[in-house]
Amino acid sequence: MLGIKGKDLTVFLLVAALALLAPFLLNPFPVDSAMAQFNAGYPDLMQRFVIFGIFAIGFNILFGLTGYLSFGHAAFLGVGSYAAIWMMKLLSLNIIPGIVMAIVFAGLFSVVVGYISLRRSGIYFSILTLAFAQMSYALAYSVLTPLTGGETGLQIKQTDTPLLSNIPEGEIGRANLFGLEMSDSSILRFANWEFTMNVGYYVCAAVMIVAFYLAIRIFRSPFGMMLRAVKSNQQRMNYTGLNSRPYTLAAFVISGMYAGLAGGLMVAMDTQVGPERMFWTASGEVVLMTILGGAGTLIGPVLGAGFIKYMENIVSKINSTVLHEWFAFLPDGMEDFMVTIFYPFVGKGWSLTLGLMFMAVVIFLPGGLVEGGQRLKRLFRRKKAEDDQSSAAKTPAE
Amino acid sequence: MAILEVKDVNKRFGGLQALGNVNLSVQDNTVHAIIGPNGAGKSTLLNCLVGKLIPDTGSVMFDGQSVLGRKPYEICQMGISRVFQTPEIFGDLTVMENMMIPLFAKRDGAFRMHAIEAVSSEKGLREEAEKMLDEVNMLDKRNMHSASMSRGDKRRLEMAMCLIQKPRLLLLDEPTAGMARADTNNTIDLLKEIKAKRDITIAIIEHDMHVVFSLADRITVLAQGTPLVEDTPENIKGHPKVKEAYLGEAA
Ligand SMILES: Nc1ncnc2c1ncn2[C@@H]1O[C@H](COP(=O)(O)OP(=O)(O)O)[C@@H](O)[C@H]1O
Ligand SMILES: [Mg+2]
Repeated sequence: MLGIKGKDLTVFLLVAALALLAPFLLNPFPVDSAMAQFNAGYPDLMQRFVIFGIFAIGFNILFGLTGYLSFGHAAFLGVGSYAAIWMMKLLSLNIIPGIVMAIVFAGLFSVVVGYISLRRSGIYFSILTLAFAQMSYALAYSVLTPLTGGETGLQIKQTDTPLLSNIPEGEIGRANLFGLEMSDSSILRFANWEFTMNVGYYVCAAVMIVAFYLAIRIFRSPFGMMLRAVKSNQQRMNYTGLNSRPYTLAAFVISGMYAGLAGGLMVAMDTQVGPERMFWTASGEVVLMTILGGAGTLIGPVLGAGFIKYMENIVSKINSTVLHEWFAFLPDGMEDFMVTIFYPFVGKGWSLTLGLMFMAVVIFLPGGLVEGGQRLKRLFRRKKAEDDQSSAAKTPAE
Repeated sequence: MAILEVKDVNKRFGGLQALGNVNLSVQDNTVHAIIGPNGAGKSTLLNCLVGKLIPDTGSVMFDGQSVLGRKPYEICQMGISRVFQTPEIFGDLTVMENMMIPLFAKRDGAFRMHAIEAVSSEKGLREEAEKMLDEVNMLDKRNMHSASMSRGDKRRLEMAMCLIQKPRLLLLDEPTAGMARADTNNTIDLLKEIKAKRDITIAIIEHDMHVVFSLADRITVLAQGTPLVEDTPENIKGHPKVKEAYLGEAA
C-alpha cells in the first residue's frame, strides 16, 4: 500500500492512527478527576507535539542517516517562521502560501549553511552549524529588526491588511485554511470526559502524516541507503565512485526544509514569532528529541518529540500543592518528607527529570526509546516461548 | 597494450623520498604484482593511482587519460577499483546492502537524487548482486550485518563490491595480509577464478612471495621508492639484485 510494505506500513499506520486519535488518547482522564492534570489533549499542546514531531523527523534524516550532528537547526525553524508570518501579513491569511514560503526560504538558507558547514565533519561541522544559528539569532535580535521585529518579534496586527484577505474594519486577521480558522474547535463530551477537536491540530496532524510518509520513502530509497553509507564509511563510498558531498548536502537541505515546515506551521497555529525561536537551546532540543526517541529509526523522533513536549508541559505543572495532595494519605511527617524528595524533579525542575532520563537512555539504551520498546518485546517473546515450551512439556505425548 | 602507464613519478614526504622516478606500465588483461620490502613505497604508489595522493612530478595515465587531479570517486567511475590493506566496507549495513551501493554507483553515477523509489523494487540489481555473492561463496551471508563477519569474509565482500562494478583495473593492497595459510590459499584460488572469468587487469601489491608467484604474469620489484627490475616470475626468482634487496632480507 502507498509504496511501502511490511513493518514500515505498520509503523506508518500506527503513527497516522496516533495522530488522528490524539485528542482522545491524550485525554484519558475525566475533567474533574485528580488525574486530569495529566491530560495533554488540549489544542496548543497537541499542535506542539506534531510540529516538533515534524522538526525531529526531518532532523533525523540528516543526523540519523548520515551521522552529521547539526547544532543549528533552529535557525531554519526561525527562518521558516519569519517567512510565514510575512506572507500572512502581506499576502494572505490563508496558511498555505505562508507554509510554502517557509519551506522555500528555510531550504534556500540551508543550502548556504550546509554548503559551508559540510566542508568539515564531526565536531567542526557541529560547531559551524551552531555558529550559523547563533549568528542568525543575533541578527534577528538586532541588525535585522526591520525584517524581524527585533526582540519583540512579529505578530499580526490590526494594521496588517494582507492583499488577498478581506478583514472587517477594526478586526485582527486570523490564520485560516480556505476560511476554516485554525483556532476553531468543537468539544465532544461523554459523561465526564471532554475531547477537543481543533482545526489547527488536524491541519498539523495531516501535514505530519505526510511528512512522516515521505521520510519512510526516503529511508527506503537508494538515496537513503547512500546516506547510511556516508555514516558508515565515507572512504569506501568515495572509492566506490560516489561523491558523498552532494548526498550530505541534499540530506541537510531536506532536513532544513522540514524545519522550515515546522516553523511555518508554528506561525500558522499561533501568529507570532520572536528571535528566541532560533536560540541554541531550541537547536539542542531537537537533538535531544531525536536521540531520546532513537536516532536513525523511523518512529523514534516522533516519540522523542512527544515525550519531551509532554514532560515540558505536564511535569512542569506539578507544584507542591499537587504533591501534597498525592501524598496526603501518608502520615504528616512522611508526607512532607516525600514532597521534599519529589519537589526538585517537578514543576520548574522538570528539566532535571528530563536530564536524568536522557542520561539513563544514552547510557542504558543507546538506541533510545525505540530500543527500549524492542527489548521489552524480545523479553515478552522469550517469556512466551518459554511458557509455550513448558506447557508443551507438560502435555503428555500421545 | 598498456592500460596503466606511470611515468617519472616522484613523491616526497618532508625529507623522505617515498617514490623516486617510478616508471611502470601495466599491460591490459594481466596480473601485475608489485613487491618490495616494508616501507618501499608500494602503498604510496597505489595511493597516487587512485587520487588519494598527488605525485610531486610525473604522470599517471589510465587507458589514455590522465588520472592526476581527479577525485577518487571520478577515478573509480573511470574504471579503477581498489581493495584496501584493511578491508573497507559499510560495516553498519548488511552484506546485500553493501553490494547494492556499488551497483547504484555504477548505474546512476556519482550522485543521483533517487529518494522516492524503493531499493526493494530493484529486482534486477538484486539478482546481479546475488550472482556476484554466489561467485565469492557468500550468498548464505547476504542478510548478515557486515561488521560482524570475519576478516576474511570482509575481504571477500570488499572484493565482490569492487568486481560487481566491472572495473577495467582492480588494485589490491596486500589482500592476504594477516591471513592464515588456508585463507591465503582460498584467496589465491578466488583471484585465479575471478581472473579466468572476466576481462580484467589486476595490479596486486603483496608481501607474501607464495601469493605473488602463484598469480602474477609480471612482477615489479620496488625498493626505497624506486623500481629495481620488472620481469616474469621465473626470472625474478633467480635475479641477484632482487635477492639482495628483498628475498635476502626474508631468508
Ligand atoms: N602520508 C604519509 N606521510 C608521511 N610519510 C609517509 C606517508 N605515507 C607513507 N609514508 C612513508 O613513506 C614510506 C613508504 O610507505 P608505504 O608506501 O606505506 O610503504 P609500503 O606500503 O611499501 O610498506 C614509508 O617510509 C612511510 O613511512
Ligand atoms: Mg603498505
